[in-house]
Amino acid sequence: MEFIQYDHVSKSYGKQLVLDELDLSVKENSFVTLLGPSGCGKTTTLRLLGGFEKPDSGKIYLNGNDITALPANLRPINTVFQKYALFPHMTIEENIAFGLKIQKKSKDYISDKIKYALKLVNLDGFENRSINSLSGGQQQRIAIARAIVNEPKVLLLDEPLGALDLKLRQSMQYELMKIKQELGITFIYVTHDQEEALTMSDTIVVMNQGYIQQIGTPEDIYNEPENAFVADFIGESNIIEGIMIKDELVSFLGVQVPCVDKGFGTMKPVDVVIRPEDVELDAPGKGFMDGVITDCLFKGVHYELDVQCGGYEWLVHTTKYYEVGQHVSLNVIPFNIQIMNKPESEDEEVLKEDD
Amino acid sequence: MTKIKKGTSYAYLGLIFLFLYAPILVLIVLSFNNSMSRTVWGGFTLQWYFNLPSNDTIMDALWTTLRITLSSSILATILGTSAAIGINRMKKRHAAIMLGATNIPLLNADIVTGISLMLLFTRFTSLGEFSVVLAHIAFSVPYVIFNVLPRLQSMSDACLEAAMDLGATPWYAFYKVTWPEIFPGVLSGFLMAFTMSLDDFTITYFTKGAGVNTLSTMLYTELRKGIQPELYALSTLLFLLAFLMLIATNFKSINKKEVAR
Repeated sequence: MEFIQYDHVSKSYGKQLVLDELDLSVKENSFVTLLGPSGCGKTTTLRLLGGFEKPDSGKIYLNGNDITALPANLRPINTVFQKYALFPHMTIEENIAFGLKIQKKSKDYISDKIKYALKLVNLDGFENRSINSLSGGQQQRIAIARAIVNEPKVLLLDEPLGALDLKLRQSMQYELMKIKQELGITFIYVTHDQEEALTMSDTIVVMNQGYIQQIGTPEDIYNEPENAFVADFIGESNIIEGIMIKDELVSFLGVQVPCVDKGFGTMKPVDVVIRPEDVELDAPGKGFMDGVITDCLFKGVHYELDVQCGGYEWLVHTTKYYEVGQHVSLNVIPFNIQIMNKPESEDEEVLKEDD
Repeated sequence: MTKIKKGTSYAYLGLIFLFLYAPILVLIVLSFNNSMSRTVWGGFTLQWYFNLPSNDTIMDALWTTLRITLSSSILATILGTSAAIGINRMKKRHAAIMLGATNIPLLNADIVTGISLMLLFTRFTSLGEFSVVLAHIAFSVPYVIFNVLPRLQSMSDACLEAAMDLGATPWYAFYKVTWPEIFPGVLSGFLMAFTMSLDDFTITYFTKGAGVNTLSTMLYTELRKGIQPELYALSTLLFLLAFLMLIATNFKSINKKEVAR
C-alpha cells in the first residue's frame, strides 16, 4: 500500500454525487496536484484527507493506518487554505504558535520554530506585526508558516495562490517548490490553473465530474493526453475526429497522415490531438493540406492564428506574422500527432459538445 | 447662499434636539429645585438625591430592579448567544424561519406580550419576581441574537477549520477563535438586554404580581399618589445610567470600525 491511499471513496452533497468510487494513491515525499475545473471534486478529495469531510463510503489510509474516522485535529496533516484563514485577533507570532501551544511545546522550542518558519517564507522579523498590516501574498506565507511548524507528514494546499496576482503567483510557485525541497514532506496541491500544475508537480491528477481522467507526470499529461477532456483542459489544442487506418497511419479531414502511434487496431474511429505550437505553416502546396488565414492576434510571445482548412478551424501559434486572407499549407511532424481513443463515458461526450 | 443653507440646517437640527431633549432637561433641572413646586425655582439643592437612600419604597424597588435586570440580561445573553450559534449553523431555510420566530416578540405590542405572558404564568406558576425575570428573558433574547449573529456570519468557517487542522478540539477552537470574534457582539447584546430590562414598564406591570415593584412600576404608582421631587432625582439617575450604557455600546462599535479599517 502507498503512503496515502483512497480506497473506493464516494461522497455526495444532498443529491449531487461529487466523488464516485475514487481510488488514488500518493507516494511519500511527492508533490501531487489535483487539477480540474470547478466542481470536479478536487477540493472535496483534499478536504476528505484533511478530515473536514467524511466519505459516504470507502476508506482513506495514511501510512497504512485507516484514518477515515479520525477527526481533523488528530491527523498529522496540516492545511493551507485558499483564503488564508489566519486568526485576525492574534499577532503573526501567536498565529504560528497556535498548533505548537496545543502540542504543549516549550517556549524556547516555539520561538525557535517561529524564527525558522518565518525565515523559510522570507518574512523574518515580522513576529509582532498584526495580520491586517500584511498584503495578500504575505498573509499566505504566514498561513504556510503556521502549517509547517507543526511538522506535518502531509501538507494540503487548497488553491493557495488563487487570490494573488499573476506576478506574485509565479514567484510564490518557486518559493513553494523551494519550501517543498527543504522540508521533504508530501505536498498535495489543488488548483484549476494548469500552468501552476505543470510548473510545480511531480504528479498531476486530472479530475472531472468526480472521476480521475488521467494521472501522470506533467510531461505525460501535456504530451500524451489520454482523452479529449485532458487534451482540452491542459493547454489549447486542435481536437479532430479521425480514423486509425492501421498502425502509424491516421486519416482525418480527408487526408492520410503518418503518425507514430500503434496498437489502436485497423479502421478504428479516434480523436487526433495536435497542439497549436506543433503546426507548421508553409507556402500553399508544400504541406499535407492547404488553407486560408481567417484571424491573426498578437499575444506577446507569439501570434495566435485561426486557419480555415479542410472544413476545420485550426488554432496555430507562430512567431511569424501572417495577413488575414493569406493562403498557406499546414504541416505536422508525425511525432507531434497524438492519437486518443474516443471517449467512452457520456460525461466526456457532453463536455466535448459544450465546447 | 451656502451660508443661509448651512444656517437653516443647523437651526433645524437644533429644533429637533430641543424637542427631543427639552423634556428631559426640565426633569433634570427640577431634580435640583429646592421647592416642591413644578413652576417655581426655589434655588439649587441636592437634598432630593440625599433623600433617596432613606426612602424604603425607592430602595426596595431599586434592589428588585437590579436583581431582575442583572439575572434576566445575563441569562438572555447566554441563551441568545447559543441560539445565534445554532441559527448560524442551520440551513438557510430553517435559519430564516427561526429568525422570523425570534422577530415576533420585537414587533409584538408590549401590552399583548405582557397580557399573554401573564396568562401563561398564572396557569403554571404564581406571579412574582421570578415571573418578571422569565418575561424579561423572553423579550431580551432577540436583541442578543441580533447583536451576535452578524458577527458569526462575518466569520469564515475556514478559521474554525484552520484551528481544528492545527490540532484544536472543537471546544478549544470555539474558545480561541470564535469567542474573541463574537465577544463585542455578545457584550453589546448584553448591554441592550440590560437597558431593555431596566426601562421596561408594560410587560413588567402585567407579570409582576402584587407586592413586587421595579423602579418603573414603582414610579407609576407613586406618581398617581402625588409628585415627590425624589422621583425627579431617581428619574435623572435612571436617564444617566441609560445614557452611559448607550455611550458604552456606541464606543464599542466606533472602535470596531477603526479596527476594521
